[in-house]
Amino acid sequence: MKLDARLTEKVVFFLLLLATLVIVVPVFLIAGLIVKNGFAALSWEFLTQSPRLGMRAGGIFPAIVGTMYLVFGTAVFALPAGIFAAVYLCEYAKESRLTRIIDVAIVNLAGVPSVVYGLFGLGLFVVFLKFGTSILSGSLTLAIMSLPVIVTASREALNSVPQSFREVSLALGATRWQTISRVVLPNALPGIITGAILAISRAAGETAPILFTVAAFYLPRLPQTLFDQCMALPYHLYVISTQVPNLKPHIQYGTTLVLILMILIMNLTAVFIRAHFRKKKQW
Amino acid sequence: MSPADSVDQPIIRVEDFDLFYGGFQALLKVNMSIRPRQVTAIIGPSGCGKSTLLRSINRMNDLAGEVTTRGQIIIDKQPIYGKGINMVDLRKRVGMVFQRPNPFPLSIFENVAFGPRLHLGLSKTALREVVEKSLTGVGLWEEMKDRLYAPALSLTGEEQQRLCIARLIAVSPEVLLMDEPCSALDPIATDHIEELIRELKSQYTIVIVTHNMAQAARVSDETAYFYLGELIEMGQTEKIFTRPQKRATEDYITGRFG
Repeated sequence: MKLDARLTEKVVFFLLLLATLVIVVPVFLIAGLIVKNGFAALSWEFLTQSPRLGMRAGGIFPAIVGTMYLVFGTAVFALPAGIFAAVYLCEYAKESRLTRIIDVAIVNLAGVPSVVYGLFGLGLFVVFLKFGTSILSGSLTLAIMSLPVIVTASREALNSVPQSFREVSLALGATRWQTISRVVLPNALPGIITGAILAISRAAGETAPILFTVAAFYLPRLPQTLFDQCMALPYHLYVISTQVPNLKPHIQYGTTLVLILMILIMNLTAVFIRAHFRKKKQW
Repeated sequence: MSPADSVDQPIIRVEDFDLFYGGFQALLKVNMSIRPRQVTAIIGPSGCGKSTLLRSINRMNDLAGEVTTRGQIIIDKQPIYGKGINMVDLRKRVGMVFQRPNPFPLSIFENVAFGPRLHLGLSKTALREVVEKSLTGVGLWEEMKDRLYAPALSLTGEEQQRLCIARLIAVSPEVLLMDEPCSALDPIATDHIEELIRELKSQYTIVIVTHNMAQAARVSDETAYFYLGELIEMGQTEKIFTRPQKRATEDYITGRFG
């Protein structure tokens, strides 16, 4: 039997549309549900006060602050390491067996489950290096988790800088490093920053890596040093969803909304940076 | 040495120079001398090794991965292949203009200032003077002096190529290597750049690779014809184009081949 071509066209189109809806609908449902139920919980008190009555009342201020510390700490450790590694791989390392092994390692690191990073952080930073459960251990763990993405994004950004820029610079008597620092990095920076923000915003929402390395169930006061524990939004959400009976659900929704908004702001910053520089870029 | 001698003394000597890309030999026992303050054109069909030779003179070929060389190139009595050669010094002395105008995505001023900033550590006023002098040298100063901070990429192709030459002479090289500097330009712009090349030869030794034989005839004092990695013939441009000694050269320049 020969199928009518126009009918096939319609069926195929419908299936493609369906697949797209399957992806988009849950996203809108999740976002809608969280905003609808969480918005009511948002208040100045909720954002600026500590939890009270065994988390059943009060705010989530310490968890917001903790997540900000962790985001900052992750950036401090992951950015230089990731960018320098990418520069080394793109600009210095010759194609060899070693670089191919490194490539494979980076791709595989990106696929390691986050709980494994958590256990690794526990073993290395908390126990072996004796940093204890602390902001330092947590930031380092999240940084290691973010590295593969940062390295990959940075390499793409570096590779997109035209080869001719490097040639001219070298032909003018610049050294390798002068070429990298004055020509290549400034032109790759927007791409690098965009990728880094996306990687770190993902880290901000992770629970498993901070579970054993930094997160506290409840702290009466804010952390004072790098070696203190802190609360964090994803873990706080886990705690109030599983460990606290008789909780009013709007607190959970409110916490979720705050976490998602923080990540959204970071991602929008990345989108904005990319759009801004794409407009300026002329090559 | 009096100026009269120095015209006869070659500034660049290529001696038994072989170059291999991996297993492929791109240059075969090249021997040639390039005189100072003249324009030397290198012509030949695609893949004949003319760009490879040019890029051997400032060792840009070193960037291309698996490149091995034999023989020597001597610039002003200093061999440039061998241990302990300072690449930065070499490339300061031997500058290069590329096929496509390739200014950095910076302002006009910053483009010209790029080299001096690397090498000279000048004060602000001194840097401005170098930029002015370099732009004047390529005939851009009058037009550009009021918009030095405009993006270089907003210029026309010809202006961009002039700017690239200004960026180069700002580091005061002795030799300018030009790799088909007009191939991305229209005929009128080409005319202007050729005019500039003729002006620049009073101060610089210029080696130009070109596909365009008419261009070689117009701008150069000496011409070298390459074929399959070998130097077939070299001599005064007028002679090469009117009475070539070798049959192969004649076939090429009369268009029977190539």
